[in-house]
Amino acid sequence: MITPAMTTPAMTTPAVEVCNLTVAYQDKPVLWEVDMQAPSGALMAIVGPNGAGKTTLIKAILGLVRPLAGQALIYGKPYSQQRHLVAYVPQRNSVDWDFPTSVLDVVMMGRYGALGWLRRPGPAERSAALDALDKVGMADFAERQIGQLSGGQQQRVFLARALVQNAQVYLMDEPFQGVDATTERAIVRLLQELRSQGKTVLVVHHDLQTVPEYFDWVMMLNVRRIACGPVHEIFTEQNLRATYGGKIAFLHGNSVGEVHDGHRPALSQPAL
Amino acid sequence: MMDIGQLFHNLLFDYTLRTVALGAAILGIVSGALGAFAVLRRQSLLGDAISHAALPGIVIAFLLTRSREPVIFLLGALAAGWAATLSIAAITRTTRIKDDTALGLVLSVFFGFGLMLLTFAQKLPDARQAGLDKFLFGQAATLLQSDVIAMAAVGALALGATLLFWKEFKLLTFDADYAASLGYPVRTLDVLLTTLLVVAIVIGLQTVGVVLMSAMLVAPAAAARQWTNRLETMVGLSALFGALAGVSGALISSAVEKTPTGPVIVLCISAIVLVSLLFAPARGIAWRRLRDLKNQRRLRTASPL
Repeated sequence: MITPAMTTPAMTTPAVEVCNLTVAYQDKPVLWEVDMQAPSGALMAIVGPNGAGKTTLIKAILGLVRPLAGQALIYGKPYSQQRHLVAYVPQRNSVDWDFPTSVLDVVMMGRYGALGWLRRPGPAERSAALDALDKVGMADFAERQIGQLSGGQQQRVFLARALVQNAQVYLMDEPFQGVDATTERAIVRLLQELRSQGKTVLVVHHDLQTVPEYFDWVMMLNVRRIACGPVHEIFTEQNLRATYGGKIAFLHGNSVGEVHDGHRPALSQPAL
Repeated sequence: MMDIGQLFHNLLFDYTLRTVALGAAILGIVSGALGAFAVLRRQSLLGDAISHAALPGIVIAFLLTRSREPVIFLLGALAAGWAATLSIAAITRTTRIKDDTALGLVLSVFFGFGLMLLTFAQKLPDARQAGLDKFLFGQAATLLQSDVIAMAAVGALALGATLLFWKEFKLLTFDADYAASLGYPVRTLDVLLTTLLVVAIVIGLQTVGVVLMSAMLVAPAAAARQWTNRLETMVGLSALFGALAGVSGALISSAVEKTPTGPVIVLCISAIVLVSLLFAPARGIAWRRLRDLKNQRRLRTASPL
């Protein structure tokens, strides 16, 4: 087991630090000179309109896309030296769920990094995977084929896979996207548990209304960093307007949301 | 037509038939197992491009060495298959051309070049005996025992590597980004798995030929997927279906005069695919239709309100 004390060189070192990061696909910049710090133990939402570079930011932190400039650090060191501290939850639709494998098999993949080359998962990996499935309320589905799951259940399988990595920092790409109420509650419970264990969690999030309820830190991104800090300081009408432009409606007090087609003016941004 | 008993007697004691059947079985096993990964990675067409691209490699190998050794031909095929794979990767990385277009381009350019070289080489005095054209549609009857031993050795290596890196290949196939986040060198694993695919293709070229080889990669895997939800079982079944089609094809073409082995093998595997698509439990069309009918009847007989 890794405790934060063993891995944090100094209390002041941020869990995730992004400095001057610029990423472009072909000739189109996706992230432009982005700076960001997530202190150890932060539960942070990353919000911004579609195409703002939220997924790219996560992938750049993980070294999955190569930046033109800048760098990302985990507890002060490059990702390549710290990957045992980081767990990744990709977007649910990034894989083919018709792949012939079981729920338990997918969750055990979370141990592959620790196992290393050639070693096969055994009883220890199996019981870790079953524990994680239990935490996300999916223990009864262990032997199920992954294609037979609902979207929310698939999402919880991905979360369980990240949980067995036993990491300090969790990077989650839209875990709430298109999930049922049961799954949403399960994810929220999980986030709170991770926070109580002192883990750092970065979540790409779409539902602006729930940001103050679920998170204590927020980063607002639209190619450039608009703002980043504690929700109660940063999550303001002015910053939201700067992030989303004119596409956002403000109704009495806290409730904010994106206008789309004029049907549901005060609710969440439509999931893509 | 021979009777069945005679056929099995020949399978054991007739040199040609035994060699052809063994060769076809080996090719079926190796291409079936590695084809399963190709299909799951949505690279079915990559196999087609690689096998067509092998043709210029074979002819160039002959032109350079003037040798008739199958090993030389297969080394040429291996090199050309590799060059095709690299070209596809280079085109998709450096231009805005999508991978399906890149596959089509490379397939037709390499194959066209191969056909041109073949026509040229055929005019050379010693080319007729070299039998270069047999690589177009395959000619199993030319297999020698030494060829089969070579196929078995290379095939065993390819299958051994697949088993050795099973966990890594499984992760790469299911979720490559996640594999990279765990620190696995995804590019290297991709190159390794693709190389094994090229090896599987090269093993089958002499028997099935460059034009039909991709069927031996795609069809057994497509059939196997129908019967199981486990990767282990799928790869095993795919290898079994490949071997079954190989041996049946060899037997049928030896029993019926003037039937080419390669195409008959492909017809056999197609029959297995057809049966699997129709009758496999859970995924088969027939069972699904039956279930739908049952459900309809139940709903109709149940009281409407």
